[in-house]
Order: sequence, then structure tokens, then C-alpha cells
Amino acid sequence: MRLRIIFSKTDAMRYTSHLDLQRTWERTLRRARLPLAYSQGFNPHPKINLGAALPLGFTSQGEIIEVWLEEQVPLGEIEASLTPVLPPGLNVHDIRESEIRSPKIQTLIQSTQYSAKLLEPIPDLEARVGDLLSQSSLVRERRGKEYDLRPLILALSNEGERHLHMHLSALPGATGRPDEVLLALGIDPHDAHIQRSKIILKDE
Amino acid sequence: MTPAGRYAKARFLIPVSGLLAFFIATEMLQFIVQIWYNRPAMLTPQQIQAKLERVLPTVQKPGRYTGGELNQVVKDWDTVKTRIALVFPDIYDLGMSNLGLAILYDLLNQRDDVLAERAYAPWTDMEAVMRRDDIPLYSLETKHPLADFDVIGISLPYETIYTSTLNVLDLSGIPLFSAERGPGHPLVIAGGHSTFNPEPMHAFIDAFVIGEGEGAIQEIVDTFQTFKRGAGSGERGALLRELSMIWGVYVPSLYEAKYHEDGTFASIEKLVDDAPLPIDKRIEPKLPPPTTRFIVPYVDTVHNRAPIEIMRGCTRGCRFCHAGMVTRPVRERSVDEVIQAIEETIRHTGFEEIGLLSLSSSDYTHAVELVEAVQEKYRDEHLSISLPSLRIESVSVDLMDALKGGRKGGFTLAPEAATERMRQIINKPVSTELLLETAREIYSRGWTTIKLYFMIGHPSETIEDVQAIADLCKAVLKEGRKVIGGRAKVNAGVSTFVPKPHTPFQWVACDSIEQIKAKQALLKEALRGRGLKLNWNDPRETQLEAWLSRGDRRLAEVVYQAWRNGAKFDAWGEHFNYKTWLEAFEVVGLDPEFYTHRQRPLDEIFPWEHLSTTVRKKFLTQDYLWSLEGRIRIDCREQCFACGILPTFADIRSEHPGEGWKCPEAG
Ligand code: SF4
Repeated sequence: MRLRIIFSKTDAMRYTSHLDLQRTWERTLRRARLPLAYSQGFNPHPKINLGAALPLGFTSQGEIIEVWLEEQVPLGEIEASLTPVLPPGLNVHDIRESEIRSPKIQTLIQSTQYSAKLLEPIPDLEARVGDLLSQSSLVRERRGKEYDLRPLILALSNEGERHLHMHLSALPGATGRPDEVLLALGIDPHDAHIQRSKIILKDE
Repeated sequence: MTPAGRYAKARFLIPVSGLLAFFIATEMLQFIVQIWYNRPAMLTPQQIQAKLERVLPTVQKPGRYTGGELNQVVKDWDTVKTRIALVFPDIYDLGMSNLGLAILYDLLNQRDDVLAERAYAPWTDMEAVMRRDDIPLYSLETKHPLADFDVIGISLPYETIYTSTLNVLDLSGIPLFSAERGPGHPLVIAGGHSTFNPEPMHAFIDAFVIGEGEGAIQEIVDTFQTFKRGAGSGERGALLRELSMIWGVYVPSLYEAKYHEDGTFASIEKLVDDAPLPIDKRIEPKLPPPTTRFIVPYVDTVHNRAPIEIMRGCTRGCRFCHAGMVTRPVRERSVDEVIQAIEETIRHTGFEEIGLLSLSSSDYTHAVELVEAVQEKYRDEHLSISLPSLRIESVSVDLMDALKGGRKGGFTLAPEAATERMRQIINKPVSTELLLETAREIYSRGWTTIKLYFMIGHPSETIEDVQAIADLCKAVLKEGRKVIGGRAKVNAGVSTFVPKPHTPFQWVACDSIEQIKAKQALLKEALRGRGLKLNWNDPRETQLEAWLSRGDRRLAEVVYQAWRNGAKFDAWGEHFNYKTWLEAFEVVGLDPEFYTHRQRPLDEIFPWEHLSTTVRKKFLTQDYLWSLEGRIRIDCREQCFACGILPTFADIRSEHPGEGWKCPEAG
């Protein structure tokens, strides 16, 4: 049985790296005593697949993990065993069964929505957003490589002086980073809480 | 004047005279008033949290500093009577694996009138940020500054953690010296294996727990509470005197150390009549139920496993082994209790690995039964169960095989010495033949790597004994090649012996750095080539451990000076600065070699003798003399040698008859 679980990652959990989150999920599933499927070999690992990595410090309301079980278990039962053993900072929003042969979620990711809450208000936030959107290209440098951020921004808007919403492309080789958008707006990403709201998949 | 008082004075002493002196005195007074009133305004948890929000994204592994993990306990700060911070003075990654603190955390939080929270030393990047932004060291659970707690309980498992301990106190804004703490400061207590000789830390810790902490901590809390409520509260000295009445509690400020002209220790004198002398170590007559609700870290730590202690103490009597001598008597948990603990641990934590801990797993009476039961129950759970410290014999291979643990880590054997002569001296008799036979068995059951642990620098060790280590490693590899060909590997871990207090080797001199280097050079030269790997320790780090483990009260000033000149994280190779320590010795006017390279005469009185492990000095002396003759002392489960445990704890033994203890029945 293959599961697709949508969950949130908040509080202290936001400082958990991709690898550590993987381990946290393994332990959570083990506490739930679900019939996990394991990989073959000398050191078998539970078969789970965490969707898109989230930069350290970001929270999320829409992370995705895939879990394979040895046998069919009613979804209600899975939820009932999982909910009481979730660690602080992880919350399950949705559990769905997925087609056993469908491709891995990584290949299905289209785009991602983020929101950013600024620690200090920026009075001209609206103007900065408008200015950025009016550009046809935004050449930036990341890890020594030049790229154009503008086409990766599918949507960007502000809500008052402290909130931003963005919808960024997340295709292989064309992934927009919310911290880069903040930098392009002249905002230090450390002065904002960035939250991923949703990962949008091709099959949804 | 207590030595602590002397240091405190000395730090402010400036030789001046006349008017100048007056000005300086007024200035000094102002300075003191300033530190008293202008102590960094105590931040509230909300203020600390707000500062953290900004700085955490800028440091490595912020998950070390957030708390909020599964199974942490958060209680209402204002309604609880006593607040205790449990501190491991090294980083989170190490501290989270400390079983002692996990047990105390669990026990204390079971009490309604107590809250226990955690704190660890910040790594250097975080420390810099905290000092820059005036963030005091805080508890992970509720972000209260450590100085707001009633009691600070520090774990001191090894000596190389001492300077970091001072750093932690400093980051907390708590005066380093016990003598400088007033009624508004927390009570600072410490426990852990290195406190069997706590003297180098005597000036900084208000009270030590010598031995096992489970029962002692409860009584300390009880005493603290009655004292706080009782008449005449606020007098710290009275509280300390009261604490010293608790079995296993050592309050260093109630004693004074005397030395001979030649620098050797003369005696310890009581400063108050009713202070106990000697201070007997604390033991648990019966091991309390194991802790199973471990905090599950979000970030990677050193051991990603839940530890369950199956047995405490050891009857083998290896002469170099501090733990084996200080943790007697042997007490075992039943197989049922262990299995139940594994079950609960999985339910509470989901850890992928469970470590069944003891000093010598093979000696656990029901080892085979336990392993069979585990295998039966968890066959399909993909749980890995480790059973460290197995004896060199084929039964160990059966046990490991049955546990179906991963084979990637290799199979560990610890012969400790490579010649029969040397093994007789250290009392770890294993024949080379049996070792090779066991190695063959290990390779043929699917392991490709054998880790062999040795020590160099044993008393009377010659270069031939060291050469034999290389030869033995090669012989084991040769066996491996016969079984699995070129895939066979041997990893030799060669540490350097440090004579420990309270052991039969407490009299012996350490090898000099040059001797150790020569021995290591031989091994590095000999253990080259395909399939062979050698790990060793920096001999200078070993020196630090050696100075401190048999140190006296005078070393407190050396620790202090070293810390002031930047020493911290000494246990981390890259941070350890040998020169800083030598300079500290120099400033204080002590000779480091006095502590390490001096063969002590048999009748020397040791600065740690008033802290009694209850193993008699007469027994240790005899055992040392036996080692000189190469005489073996067999496992005392087979024959009691009256080491001193039983006479001291005769009452406890007769109240707890039967199998739990491995010493003979009383009477
Ligand atoms: S009292 Fe006897 S049996 Fe017990 S630890 Fe000492 S020597 Fe061993």
C-alpha cells in the first residue's frame, strides 16, 4: 500500500534538516507500529520518500511524504495510530492512498506557494513588489552561477506592510527560492518568517 | 581561609600603597558594586525567545538550541516548588546521549513539586552570538536563564569537560567560585564518574554526588525544600551542611586539604565537626525501573539509540578499569524487566536502535536467554539491538549473530594488551589462541571488519609488548584472509592508558609523551597496508586527562587559569590547547609531571581517599602487588575477595537478598 501524507512542519521542527526529518518520520512511523515496508539488503531502511527539501528555518503547511506499507490498512486506522504519536511541530493534514505504480512525487512537483511574514513592517512594501513585477528579467547570482529569477516568479503579492505571498516555479533546474525573492526586494531573509503553504503537483 | 576564598582574593589583589591604594580600592569597590547591581539584567524567557528567533538561522545546527523535542517535559514555572536545570557541559549532540542525565530528568519530572529542564554548552559559533547579543545560557524547555533555577545539576563524566563547565557557569552569569555565590544564586551540584575524585573542581561546585544519583537527587531536593521553607532560610552555609548529611553527598567547602613540604598530600581536615569523613559513595540497593521515555532529538546526535542498562557494576577486576572498581557491586535487571523496557522504549521513542548497556555484557547472567527473547519478539520489527562489551569467545559471536545487528560497523573485541605477560599484569587473561579462534568465527559469519581495542602505556610495558600489538592485528587479519580473502579488515584502536584513582594502578607513573610517541610511531610503521587501519590519541590530550584524574585541590586554580586563557571543549581535539594548560600550571606554580610521571610510594595518602568507593585501599594495594607478580585475580563471582563492598553495605545486602546482587549473601 502506498500513502501520500500532507503535513505541516512548524515550531522547533523548522530547524530539522531534510535528513533529520526523514529520521523523525521513521521514528514516528515506528511508534505508530504501522506495517512499514523495508528496503532489501544488510541494513534495511523503511521505504519512505520525503518530497521537496525545505530550507532550514522555514516552516510549512504543505509538506508531502510518501510511505509504503507491507499490507493494506484502512486510512482511518492509519490516521488513528499516527495522530497520537506525532512529535511536536509535525501535524498531519491529509492521508491518501496513491497508485502503487505512479511516479515519485519529486517528478510531479510543478510549483510551490510561500508566504513570508516580516519581523518589521516595510512601509513601501507594495511599491517594491510592483517594481519587481514590472521587471522583465532579474538576473541574480547564487553559488557562483548567474540565473534569471523573474520567470520563476509565477505570482507575488503583498498584504499590508508585513506579509508577502508568492507562487514560485519548482521544476527541475527551474526552482525559485523565496529567500532570493526577499533579497531581490531588498529584505534580509533573516528578518522574515518564511512558510511554505503548498506544493502543487502535476496530478492534482 | 578555604582555598576557594584564597583564589577569589588573589584575583583582585594588586600590590599598591598609600593614596593610590585608596583610589584603587574605591574603584574596586565601585567595580564590585557594579557587578552586583549591573549584572546583565536578567532576561525573561520571552525576551530570550525573541533574540533566538533572529540568531538561530545564523548558526550551525540550530536544532541544538530550540528544545521542543518529543518527550520533553514542560511544567508550569510559577506553581512548581523547585526548579532544576540539568546541564551537560558539552554540546547537545553529545549530551543527549548521556544516560545519567536522562534518568534524572525522568525521575525529577515524575515529582509534582519539581521541574527539571535541560541545558548544554553552545558550540563556539553560538557562544559568540550569545556573548555578542547578551543572551545568557537558557534552558531548552522554557528558555529561562540558568541563573533563575534553584538548582543546577551538572554531569561530569570525564575530566576533559572541566573547563567547559566553567564556561557554562560563566555564560549563565553564575559566579564560578562556590565561595562567591550568595543566597540569590542557584545551588550548583555535580555528579558523574569523574566525581570519584572531584578535587580539581572542588572550588566551583557546591556539592558533589559520589556514586549513583537516583536516590541522592531526591534527598537533595527534599532537603533543599525544607531548608527553603524552614526558619533561618537564606543561609547558604547551613544548607550545604545539611546536604552533607545525605549519604553520597560531598560538600568540599566543609573540609580543608593539607600538604607536605614536598607537595604530596598530607590529610583532609574537617572544618565543621559533623561533616562526614570518609564520604561513602551512594549505591542503589536494587536498580530502579529503567527510563524508557527518552527525549527524541530532531537533529543528528552522537548515538542515535535508546540505552537500556541491563546490569551495573563488573566483577572482572581489570586493573586499569576505573568503572569496574567504582561501580561495584554487580546488580542485574531481570530479563522480563529488560524486555518490558525495550517494548516501552519503542512505543515512546521509535528509536531504530536499542543499546543494552553494561560494562561486560557477556557476564550478564541471562545473556543468552535475553538475546533469545529479543529475537523471538522483534524478529520482524527491523529493530537493531546492540550488546556492547562482549567477551572474547565464540559465544559472543553467537549472541551477536542472533541479534541480527547490522554488520557494517564491524565486530568489536577488546583484548587491551597483546602479550600474555601484559594481560596478566592488567588482569585481563585471554589467550591469543582463543582470540584468533573467535576472529575466525566472526569472519565466517559475515563480518568483514574486526575492531581490536588495545591500550599502550600499561605499567612495565616494553617495546616488545607494543610490537606484539601490531603482530596480533596482522595475525587476526591473516585469519580473516583465510576465511573471506581480501575483504577482511582489521581496525586497531590504540588508546593510551591513564592511571585512575581508586584502581590498583593508582600508584603508577604514566609514560612520558616521548615514550608514547615512540610506541605510536612503531605501530604506525607496522600497521600499514591493505586491510589494516590504526586509530590513536594525541598523547598531549592524554596528559590532560592524566593530570586531572589524579589531581588534588590545587589543580582547581590550574583549571581556572586554563579556562581564563581560553581553554574549553578540551575533549575536542581541534580545541584542545596544550600550551594553555602548561602556562596555567606555570602561573599557579605547580609541576604537571608531579601528577603524572611520579611513581607514588605504597604508603602515600591520596587526595581522593576521603571519597570512598568502599573498595578498601588494602585490597587495591594487594591487587597492585599481585600485578607486579603477574598474578591473576579471577572473576569475583566465582570467589569473593572481600574487596570491601560487603562489609560496608552488609545491611543493604541482607535487606536485598537473592540473585539481584552478585556478591555473596550477607552473614
Ligand atoms: S564483595 Fe566480593 S563479590 Fe562483591 S564485588 Fe567485592 S570481591 Fe566481588
